[in-house]
Amino acid sequence: MTEDDSTIICRCEDITLGEIKQAVARGYATVDEIKHYLRAGMGPCQGRTCGHLVAQVVARETGRPVAEVWPMRARPPYHLVPFSTILAETGGTVAFPKVGD
Amino acid sequence: MPGKTYDAVIVGAGVIGTAVGYYLTKRGIRDVLILDKGYVSCGATGRCGAGVRQQWGLEMNCRLAKMSVDMFAGLSDELGEDIEFEQSGYLVLAYDDDTVELYRKNLKLQNSLGIPARLVTPAEAREIVPVLNIEGLVAATHCQTDGHANPFKTNFAYAHAAVREGCELHTFETVTAIETDVKGVRAVATDKGRYETRTVVNCAGGHAAEVGKLAGLKLDCFPERHQILVTEPYERLFDPMVISFVHHLYCQQVVHGAFIMGLGMPEAPGFNDDSGWEFIEAMARAVTSLLPILAGVRVIRQWAGLYTKTPDAQPILGEHPDLPGFYNAVGFSGHGFMIAPATASLTAEAIACGCTPELIAPLDAKRFERGDLVLEPNVV
Ligand SMILES: Cc1cc2nc3c(=O)[nH]c(=O)nc-3n(C[C@H](O)[C@H](O)[C@H](O)COP(=O)(O)OP(=O)(O)OC[C@H]3O[C@@H](n4cnc5c(N)ncnc54)[C@H](O)[C@@H]3O)c2cc1C
Ligand code: FES
Repeated sequence: MTEDDSTIICRCEDITLGEIKQAVARGYATVDEIKHYLRAGMGPCQGRTCGHLVAQVVARETGRPVAEVWPMRARPPYHLVPFSTILAETGGTVAFPKVGD
Repeated sequence: MPGKTYDAVIVGAGVIGTAVGYYLTKRGIRDVLILDKGYVSCGATGRCGAGVRQQWGLEMNCRLAKMSVDMFAGLSDELGEDIEFEQSGYLVLAYDDDTVELYRKNLKLQNSLGIPARLVTPAEAREIVPVLNIEGLVAATHCQTDGHANPFKTNFAYAHAAVREGCELHTFETVTAIETDVKGVRAVATDKGRYETRTVVNCAGGHAAEVGKLAGLKLDCFPERHQILVTEPYERLFDPMVISFVHHLYCQQVVHGAFIMGLGMPEAPGFNDDSGWEFIEAMARAVTSLLPILAGVRVIRQWAGLYTKTPDAQPILGEHPDLPGFYNAVGFSGHGFMIAPATASLTAEAIACGCTPELIAPLDAKRFERGDLVLEPNVV
């Protein structure tokens, strides 16, 4: 079966299988590089949906094990969180910082 | 290629290193090797806010920034890739009369150099940014031709153009030694090979002082963490970068609708680039007081990168007075993206002509020893 290059791999950023294969062909050979080059994994889900898919494609295209191409660093806050929740969490009121602070 | 002699070897493939490579090829110097221990944009460049501001207080900085803006404006066409440069302006907030006085002086200088910045009242500031809380605001300055670009796209576009014009680019290769002889620089060694060259350009960002040390030089610069975050995309609320030196805050809504915001916080020098809860907390307080509507906006991701600071918060540029062939383009102190086009092309000019362009002459590596600091009032 031939695979469809228009398949969306990263849904948040709308990145296709074909784009990832092209990026690998261009020499971008790790998930981190694909993230910086294509934004795959930078969307609201932070790569939770696409990370392992991108890793598999990159590993397959480069002939390397997944562990070698995917040392991606998870970035806080890990879940989408509104500023208002952060403020409530810390008991902070919305105080205007004083000049000179 | 190991064994080959290069016209120049560039250490670092951030925006500065790749741009220096590209501008060298434009001057006919094509046997250039760019080395990075990681990959293109893995350093400060891929972590930065990529704001581009011309509202400076020193003539040199105004000229470097204006020259860069003029270059940014044509860069997508020149490099053949869209770098998403947008001139959506910068709004700089002032909360006391002394600051307004200083900004008036800066504006005179900026206007005399062709930078169209102007003083606006708090009411006018609210017209430019309708969601701005103007409590306590005395005045602001606004420059429509300031803006921002996409730092990844800019870095990759420079890298691709440099390679297209003849540079070699090796990623995941670490420079481990710089050999010298009586004439100056002689070769660069890495974990993968050794390359003969009479010219090395230090574009190693946060690691600049270490690279200087490899050549036996003590460079007055050090890494310092700076944190930043991005929210989910939203409908367009305002165009310019909003910046307050009092709150140490900058915030901008970028092309695809997300808000990117950074906050200067006290930090000890070092390579720590973890992101901390104290930052997101301080940011929540600062940004919702300035832009209350953002309280409901959700944070997607926070991260940190390294500023490379010098004692006067200005870069170190040009050939090192103590080592022929060793050039620095380092120490950008948190504003290296916005002046990358100008400083990289002037660095290429210095290498090509063996001279020091007048504009960057005050930024030599030994100014700190002499006490000739270049003090700029307008840094975050
Ligand atoms: C959070 C944050 C926000 C910022 N916001 C802005 C902004 O809004 N506007 C602005 O103008 N500037 C901003 N900056 C500053 C800007 O990011 C930097 O000044 C600029 O990106 C510097 O580019 P560079 O190429 O010198 O460094 P880097 O991008 O750090 O590149 C240096 C490269 O050198 C490589 N390297 C290091 N040592 C070695 C070695 N021994 N061998 C091989 N390679 C090596 C590294 O891997 C790295 O890729 C910000 C910085 C941060 C951290
Ligand atoms: S699917 Fe890729 S970031 Fe969400």
